[in-house]
This record gives sequence, C-alpha cells and structure tokens, in this order.
Amino acid sequence: MSELPGGPMTALVLRLQDEIFAIEAGQVREILEVINVTDVPNAPAFVRGLINVRGRVVPLADLRVVFRMDQPEPDVNTRIVVIEIELEGDPAIVAILADEVHGVTDIDTATITAAPRVGTQWRAEFVRGIGKLDGKFLIVPDLGRIFEIQGRGSVSPAEERAA
Amino acid sequence: MNFPDPTETFRQEARELLDELERCLLDLEKNPLNDDLINEAFRALHTIKGSGAMFGFSEVANFVHEFETAFDRVRKGKTAATPELIALALDAKDHIESLIATPEDPVPGGSAIVDALRALTEGAVQAPAASGEKAPAVEQADDIVAPAGGQGAGKRWRVKFYLPQDCFFRGTNPLLLLEEIAEIGACTITALTDRVPSISDIDPESTYLGWQVDIEGDDPTQELKDVFLFLSDGLDLKVEPILAEAGLANDIADNPAQTSGEVKTPATDVPEEAQAIAPEAASVRAAPAPRAPQEAQAAQPQKGKVAQPVAQGGMSMRVAAERLDELMDCVGELVIAQARLSQIAADSTDINLKTISEELERLSSGLRDTTMGIRMVPIGTIFSRFRRLVHDLSRELGKEIEFVTGGEETELDKTVIERLADPLVHLIRNSIDHGLESAGARIAAGKSAKGRVRLEAVYAGAEVAISVSDDGAGLNAERIRAKAEEAGLLAPEAKIAEHDLYQMIFAPGFSTAKEVTALSGRGVGMDVVKRTIDGLRGSIEMTSVPGRGTTATLRLPLTLAIIDGMLVRVGNGRYSIPLAAVEECVEMPTDPDSQSRGRSFLDIRGELVPYIKLREMFNTPGEPDPHQKVVIVSCGDSRVGLVVDQIIGNSQTVIKQLSKLHSGLKAFSGATILGDGSVALILDTVNLVGLGQAYEEQHHRDDKWRAA
Repeated sequence: MSELPGGPMTALVLRLQDEIFAIEAGQVREILEVINVTDVPNAPAFVRGLINVRGRVVPLADLRVVFRMDQPEPDVNTRIVVIEIELEGDPAIVAILADEVHGVTDIDTATITAAPRVGTQWRAEFVRGIGKLDGKFLIVPDLGRIFEIQGRGSVSPAEERAA
Repeated sequence: MNFPDPTETFRQEARELLDELERCLLDLEKNPLNDDLINEAFRALHTIKGSGAMFGFSEVANFVHEFETAFDRVRKGKTAATPELIALALDAKDHIESLIATPEDPVPGGSAIVDALRALTEGAVQAPAASGEKAPAVEQADDIVAPAGGQGAGKRWRVKFYLPQDCFFRGTNPLLLLEEIAEIGACTITALTDRVPSISDIDPESTYLGWQVDIEGDDPTQELKDVFLFLSDGLDLKVEPILAEAGLANDIADNPAQTSGEVKTPATDVPEEAQAIAPEAASVRAAPAPRAPQEAQAAQPQKGKVAQPVAQGGMSMRVAAERLDELMDCVGELVIAQARLSQIAADSTDINLKTISEELERLSSGLRDTTMGIRMVPIGTIFSRFRRLVHDLSRELGKEIEFVTGGEETELDKTVIERLADPLVHLIRNSIDHGLESAGARIAAGKSAKGRVRLEAVYAGAEVAISVSDDGAGLNAERIRAKAEEAGLLAPEAKIAEHDLYQMIFAPGFSTAKEVTALSGRGVGMDVVKRTIDGLRGSIEMTSVPGRGTTATLRLPLTLAIIDGMLVRVGNGRYSIPLAAVEECVEMPTDPDSQSRGRSFLDIRGELVPYIKLREMFNTPGEPDPHQKVVIVSCGDSRVGLVVDQIIGNSQTVIKQLSKLHSGLKAFSGATILGDGSVALILDTVNLVGLGQAYEEQHHRDDKWRAA
C-alpha cells in the first residue's frame, strides 16, 4: 500500500453507486460524457470496454466491478474519467467510469485513515485510505494496485476454454 | 545549405556494393563456374575502386586494386574459384569494409591478404609490384588465338568475329561492341555475310553476320577480351596481324593524334557504318535488318550496364527515422479523419461533398501506401548477411551446412528489421552450434551428413512469422529441465508442459551446452533474443522434435501498419479482419445435417476447413442473423473459417496496439478507430487459425478413437 503524501491533496471527487471516491487530480487528464463503448469479448469484467479518446484507443475500466457494486446502465450523470497511471512500469492512459463526478476539492490528508480490515465488502489492498468529506466517508482507491492486480488476469476463463 | 557529405554517400554506396560482392562470392562458392557471378563481383570491385579513388579513399583504392588484379585471373578463367579463394576474398571484402569505416587509421593485415590472394591465384608466378600494373606476362595464354608474329609495336591487326546466334536474347548489341572495338584504335569495319543462310533457313531473331575489323596499334587481344567480356560462350573470334602493312601502321601508331582524322572509320562513324551494312545485308539476304535501326537508337546510352549501380546508389536517401514516424502518425490521423468524412458524405445528398470525399479517399490511400512503403524493407536485405555467418561458422566448426532461405520478399518496417538482425544471428548460431550434430553423429542417426538450417519469413495475417529451423538433434528436454532446476527456475518434480519447458531457455543465464565454445554456450544470447523480440511487441516460440530438429519462430506485428481490413459484424460488435489474410467469403450452409453432427467443418471445394463461430467464442448475446457468413482466413498453409453475422465491407485500418490490460486476449491483435469514431477490434488471424488447427487435430483424434 503506497503512502499518501503529507499536506492537502487536490482530488477529483466522484460517485460510484452509493460511495464517494477521491482520485488525485494530478492524475486526471480529462472528463468525458459517455461515448460509444466497444465491448471486448472475453476480457475481464473490470476492463470490458474500449473507447476512442482523441484518436487513441483507451481501455475503459469499471471500478464498480472491483468494489463489487451493482453496474446499472449509464445515465445522464455518468462520466468517463481519463487518467494516467503506470502499467507494469510503463505510463499508460486508461479511463474509468463514474456514476457522477462532483468536482475538485482539497482534502486534508491528515483526516485520511487506513481502511479497516473488517467491515468492508472489498479487498483492503485496493484502498489507500478512507477520509471524510461533508460528513460522508470518502474512499481513496489505490488505482495502481487495482490495475496491476485486475489487469494481470486479462485472459478470462471463457477464452481459455475456447483455446 | 545542407549538402550531403560526399564521403558519406561513397560509404553508403560502397556498403551496398560490398554486400553485393559478398553475395556474389557466396553464390560463386556453390557455383564456381558461373561467369555472370564472377563478372558481377568484378564489376562491384571495380566500382568501389573507382569511386574510392575519387573520394580520396586511396587506401581503399590501392587495396581493391590488388584484390581486383588477383580476381582478374579468376575472371579470365586462369584460376578456379576454390573455397579457399572465396574465403580469402571474403576476408578481403571485410578488410575493405574496415578501410572504408576508418580510412585515417588503416587496419593492418591488408598486405597479408593480398599476398595470400596472389599466392593462390598466381601460384609460382612472380607477382607484380605494389604499383599494381596488371600482370601482362601471365595473361597471354588463353583461348584467344595469340598472334603468330609475337610482340611487335605498331601493327595492323585483323579481327574477325561471329557472335553467338542467340546473342540478341542476351541483350547483346553488336553496334555497341563495334563502338567499343573502335575505341581501341583506328579501324576499318566490314560486315561478313558468308554465314548468312538462305532465306528459308533464316530465323529473324538470330544473328548470322560476322564482322572483320582491321585495327591499328598494339596487340589488341587484351582489349578485345574486355569488349567480349560478356560473350565468351559461343563467340568465334580470331585475331591475326596484318604483316604487309606493318610499316604504315608504325607511322600511325607514332602519331596517335592524327589517326582519327586519317583513318576511314573512326569511332563516331561506327553506327552509320553498321547501319549501312545492315540494309545491305537485308537487300541481299534479308536477315537481321529490321533490328538495325533500333540498335542504332539503343546505342545512345552505352555502357549503361556498368553505370547503373552507381546511379542506384545515388538515388537512395537517408532520412531520420523519427521524421518518418511523424509522417506516419499524421497519415494515420488523416486516414481516420478521411473515414469520418466519407461517412458524412455517404449520408449527405451534396454531390460536391461526395466528389471531394471520394477524391480525398483515393489520395489518402495513396499517401498511406507510399508512406508505409518508405519504411518497409524486404527482409531479404538481412538474410544475405546470415549467409556469410553460416559460411564462416561452417568452416569454423567443420560442419557442412546447407542454408536455405525463404520469403525474402516479406516486408517489414526498417527499424524492426534492423533490430531483428542480432536475435536472428543468435538463433542461427544456436542452430548450427548446438542444434546440428557433427557429420559423424548425423550419419549414425541416419541423416545426411550435411546439416540444414532454414530461415524463412511469411506474412501471417497482421504479423510476420520468421522461423529459424534446423534438422539437428532437437532440444534435450531432460537437460533443460535439469538446468532449470539447477538455476532455480523450476521446482524439482514440478510438472511443466514441454512447450513451457522450452521457453525456459530464454531465461537469463541459461545454457545447456556441455562445453562452452567460442560461438555460443555462454548463456548469453537467448535472453537477449527474448528481450529484443519483446521490445518489438513480438513473441518467440520454440518447438522441437527429438532427433528431427528445432524450430524457433518469431512473430512480429507489422508495427506501424495501416492495413486494409475487412469489417464484419458479430452481434452488435464490429471487427476488422486483415484483408491480407482473407481468402474468400462464403455463405454458411443452413443444411441442418452438417450442423447437427457437431462437426465444425465446412466443405470448401472438397477440402475440409474448420470453422469457429465467433458468436460463440465471444459469448455474443441475442439471436444470430438468419444468413451467417463465413470468412475464410489463412495463415501459411492452414485455413480457418470465421462465422460472422454480416460482412460490412473493406476499410482502411489504422492499427492501434491494445494496452497491457488486454494484451492477453489471443483473439485480437489490436484495435482501430472507425469512421464514426467508435473503436473496432482487429482479429488476430494467426491465433484464430491456430485455434482452428487445434479443432482439426481434435477431430482427427476423435476419428481415430472412433475407428479403434
């Protein structure tokens, strides 16, 4: 689990179902309305789609899969957040789906505490910490870790079977 | 302002010529009597010498001159092109290369090579001094009839020659020959018609005329040999001194400046003269007359054959690779933008828009092809250097090796090809050093003493597969296993598929060779190969049959490819199939019989082709279209049918690599952006064909099982 930097963190706050997430704003490249998503057959549910971001083919990840949430169809509030991360040591551009994007806020990292080992329905290693914003819990996901682990098993059982 | 450095031009040209020389020498080893090869090698040498001197590479020029002098004897048929001579000539070629690379710091060893060359070619004959006059004393004895009168300055000589009857088919132009003869000295040319047969026997495409040329000056035998360099077979040539007019000739020879004026037919008159002869012959016997005017025209670009290599060298241009990358990116974006425009134009009723869109489509596809063409180089350009490698290794290890190459015309991006050279060297070395057994062991195993190494490239859909195979002992699975356990790569007793075990040899520091040779076996190499291929987004696979040989297959994507694709629809998804891999499209038979048997085979004109239902493979929801189509794709010799809902049409496909998140998906080789801005996946035909083959094998197994 990577350490959070000290001082305030400028974060993009977004909603996935009933939870509020914070992503470091520096990582965010752009925010798009929902566009045509191409399904990738046999890809893991986490990265089932591809989108065209200014002529670039970018994988679209769904964090709701990782956090075991419902995955309803996109609505008017749904946005696509394009971010820069590292994949196996190389910089990469990926997009994540957000049910709603609230805005950019400064969060005092001192308020962020490590995720409790119990009481959550998701794997603790995917969360860097949990903070508070306006009285609600704020989840800071460890995107690097999520993509590393979820991206690894990119061959789904279906294709293995077919092969 | 930015003039190219002429010495750099020379270097580049010389490199090309040296490559050509090497190729000739290696071919010559197999075919030592081929005059064309000898002459080609000689020409390459000669051009290097000439341009070397011109650009101030005097070391190069001097050395090449010596080399040329020695090689001249081969050309004249006085020395056979023995393997020793070829090996030495290759050394000499390397020496030239190093001289060109560092002219200011000449590498020692040149004189040793020259001495050895001389010793080989001339035997006991005293070599000429370093100033390098062609050894005149030695060059007299040969098939041209030597003048009876011996050495005498300033004589007239009567040269009679008849060309081989089929000389027109070899591109020989008698007029050019006559002009060249005329350059030797002042001369009188007369046509000889005595061999022209009666009209009923004349083949209008054969030569029957002969010529008699009276030349003034020194013994022209040597010069004539150069003139008839390319015509030694079937040439009937006689040279005799004309003794009666010796006195007159002496005078003329003393004043060469006057000769052209006084003598009846100086060089420039020859075409007219020859033309005059031809109609004359025609009126009498109607033989090769129709050709004469054409020949007179063709006489203009004389010596074209010699000048050509120089011209080609001058036409190539060096451009920084990143500029080409930029250009390629722009073209890629242009193609996508154009696709969008086409889509808008198709929906519009504006005829002008449609016209412009069509024109733009044509232009952009032309631009695309040209841009790609700039970067693509046939892989044969590096194959030739492996021939040298095999040749050297063969001598060094004392293994007789037959080196076979295939698919030289397969084109790959230049940067890819350059980076491929090293991995291929490693693989070929491994094949020869570890793979091929010694001659004794081969014979004991019932194989021919001569080992065989095969290097082949084939297009496989959107990829190029390059394989290095040998017919040696094969990989030793037990030894690899032992070694892997020793190196801690594999837990003892762990079960591992043979295929995965073979991949272990690519681990760093892995080598199974019992003894380390100078060539390989130090455990470096294979991991470098793997790393390089990974860096090119390719893959490498080893297959091996004990006692039968090993094959290493490199698969490389056509990186910056914009390809022609066939767009198909499966459910709601659109996919692009590389058009190069598509063989044909057929309708899926609705015959329930063929479906119900659970066999996934189509009968394509009597051949069983396995097929894959993409809907099933992709778990596509919804009902399939009533009329399914089958796109038959091929890879090498195998084919597979891909069952789709609809064939949409052709589209230019800019290949975008999939991210690492999707790189494990074997069915797709990349993605592309369609005209409407959405993303379509590109099907990986190679893997799909492999999948089809697996079906087929399964089918055969089932059949066997049923039969048993």
